[in-house]
Amino acid sequence: MQISGAQMVIEALTLEGVDTVFGYPGGAIMNVYDEIYKQDKFQHILNRHEQAAVHAAEGYAKASGKVGVAMITSGPGFTNAVTGLADAYMDSIPLVVISGQVPMSLIGTDAFQEIDAVGISRSCTKHNYLVTDAKDLPRILKEAFYIAASGRPGPVHVDIPKDVTAQIAEFDYSQPVKLETYKPHTKGNPRQIKKAIEAMADSKRPLFYLGGGIINANAAYEVRELVHKTGIPAVETFMARGVLAHDDEHLIGMLGMHGSYAANMAMSETDLVIALGARFDDRVTGKLSEFAKNAAVIHVDIDPASISKLVNADFPIVGDVKNVVNEMLEISSKIDASKFESWRETINNFDDLHPLTYHEDSEKLKPQWVIERVGELLGDDANISTDVGQHQMWTAQFYPFSRPRQFISSGGLGTMGFGFPAALGVKAAAPQQTSVNFTGDGSILMNCQELMTAVEKKLPVINIILNNNYLGMVRQWQTLFYDKRHSETDLSVQPDFVKLSEAFGGIGYRVSTKEEFDAALKDAVEKNVVAFIEVIVHRLENVMPMVPSGGSLFNMMLLEKKEK
Amino acid sequence: MTENSERRVISVIVVNEASVLSRITDLFSGRGYNITSLTVAPIPDSKYSRLTIATSGSVRVIEQITKQLHKLIPVLRVYEHADLVEKEMAMVKFPITENLSDINTLCEAYNGKIVNVGENVIIAMVADEPKRVENFLKVIKRYNPKEIVRSGAVALER
Repeated sequence: MQISGAQMVIEALTLEGVDTVFGYPGGAIMNVYDEIYKQDKFQHILNRHEQAAVHAAEGYAKASGKVGVAMITSGPGFTNAVTGLADAYMDSIPLVVISGQVPMSLIGTDAFQEIDAVGISRSCTKHNYLVTDAKDLPRILKEAFYIAASGRPGPVHVDIPKDVTAQIAEFDYSQPVKLETYKPHTKGNPRQIKKAIEAMADSKRPLFYLGGGIINANAAYEVRELVHKTGIPAVETFMARGVLAHDDEHLIGMLGMHGSYAANMAMSETDLVIALGARFDDRVTGKLSEFAKNAAVIHVDIDPASISKLVNADFPIVGDVKNVVNEMLEISSKIDASKFESWRETINNFDDLHPLTYHEDSEKLKPQWVIERVGELLGDDANISTDVGQHQMWTAQFYPFSRPRQFISSGGLGTMGFGFPAALGVKAAAPQQTSVNFTGDGSILMNCQELMTAVEKKLPVINIILNNNYLGMVRQWQTLFYDKRHSETDLSVQPDFVKLSEAFGGIGYRVSTKEEFDAALKDAVEKNVVAFIEVIVHRLENVMPMVPSGGSLFNMMLLEKKEK
Repeated sequence: MTENSERRVISVIVVNEASVLSRITDLFSGRGYNITSLTVAPIPDSKYSRLTIATSGSVRVIEQITKQLHKLIPVLRVYEHADLVEKEMAMVKFPITENLSDINTLCEAYNGKIVNVGENVIIAMVADEPKRVENFLKVIKRYNPKEIVRSGAVALER
């Protein structure tokens, strides 16, 4: 069929099963928006900033497991979206981001709203395309979806000049993707898998190190089975929260800079690290030379470049973690689960020694209490997003996650302003569940214009602002490592968050007691409109325990014990 | 990392398409790897080009470079050469007043010759292993070379 480039975009998105597109129109992408106006195959959600549109697509992708789609215009529309692309790239989130570009004849002339978009996105996407002829568009869009979702997922950027969206060409979407140069290796080497299982059977203190790749591969339930069958204890990375249920007796906790003492000590004492879809990030390992010093390493990852990048793998297995874990399950009976009881006992003793906890305060609410309380009240029913900072770490530490895709946060890039738009995407993907965004008084202002999107599209995200009048995480580092010189982190001057929400048509609460918080949360859930719940919390609370940057996992700063 | 850094030659087969070269060079600059020299040309009768990259780094860095290169979508194959034949070309412009027979003899010792003679200058070329080319360029300094151009290395596995 002969159709325009703009119509091809609509057709391709429809054939890919896209039901929601996030975006913001502008000059160079107008032809496509004109076709969006005429169609009813998918809904378009108008975010109020291009960065938010990409974050919303990320939230949608993470909650649904599908490819998220965002659409933006050229120039500033594109540059605003770059943070979202980079965020998705760091956290391996499948996205297709379509941008308009100035017409082909104007490219290179410094035209109005022209920027070398593919030049900029090259280093923060899995792949990108500049479409120069409409006849290539069906192939490119099909490849874009395939590349985004396969292998190690990631964002793919497609830049389409305005004249190409007007150009008429043949549209045939039935051709299978033919990419000779891109063939992700999904099946693990059976010999290596067998060797890995043997190493697990022979080890005395093995430890599963579970990463976000498990969630991307939809392998959480297989991993749960493997953990239970083998009796091997497990630690989770920040990105893997929810792979094991919070009350799983095999789950020690989160490891890393703000991981629990027991998790970090287990990693320091283990003789065999079994890394599944994890990439040994510096926030996880601490000082590399001291990381799991006496352990052999099994590393399962779909990305060969992640294996032996930072920590040498004795048993490298390139493959989709779901396939590999399924193969491991078939031969896992070789492992005697009872063998590791004393090892688990040791780990439990670590936990008894320094449990992950906090001290209540009689005057001010503690942020950790708020997170635990939401967990008690909403628990499994809520999907939890966060922004970036102290509240993010407290959420990862204290929320009782029970399922994969329940926790959506910016891990790799650490993007303040991610949480609210991502929570909108989560709500669009999972409308039956409550979408909660834990945020801080710093982060929330970085995409608060999304109140408008939430009101217009009736996406009742509940934003819980843990307000300590500080850029808390930076303040914490300044307190601990910069001799309390709180340079530019005092956020005492603030908007009225209640009125701010109300100005857009949302609702707002300011609470400072437990009773007020419970009432506000209950009311917000019932009212079913976008809400800001501003919780006045203890100003100087630190995220503890903590491995100082560059320190070893076993050398943690710990929560001071309370005198009794 | 304080591991020993050594020179390596990597060949990369890529699809001939727009901006493929910047994907490769961006990867090197973005991840802090070195490019000592780089040559690119299409492979005859195919849709591919071959890049020869001379680089340096520890064993771990070289392994990362090859893995990261392979991750790029238009990259078909990456060869990290162990046993290879490596050649490089250099052209040098000399004033015609220099001792031409000396220059010619030197060129011949390095697989080369005088390839162009003008009114004021001559151009000589040599093609040899990069190390030998370097040596040649040292030796001819006394003949007042006016301009020197090196092609960068090309290599084939034995």
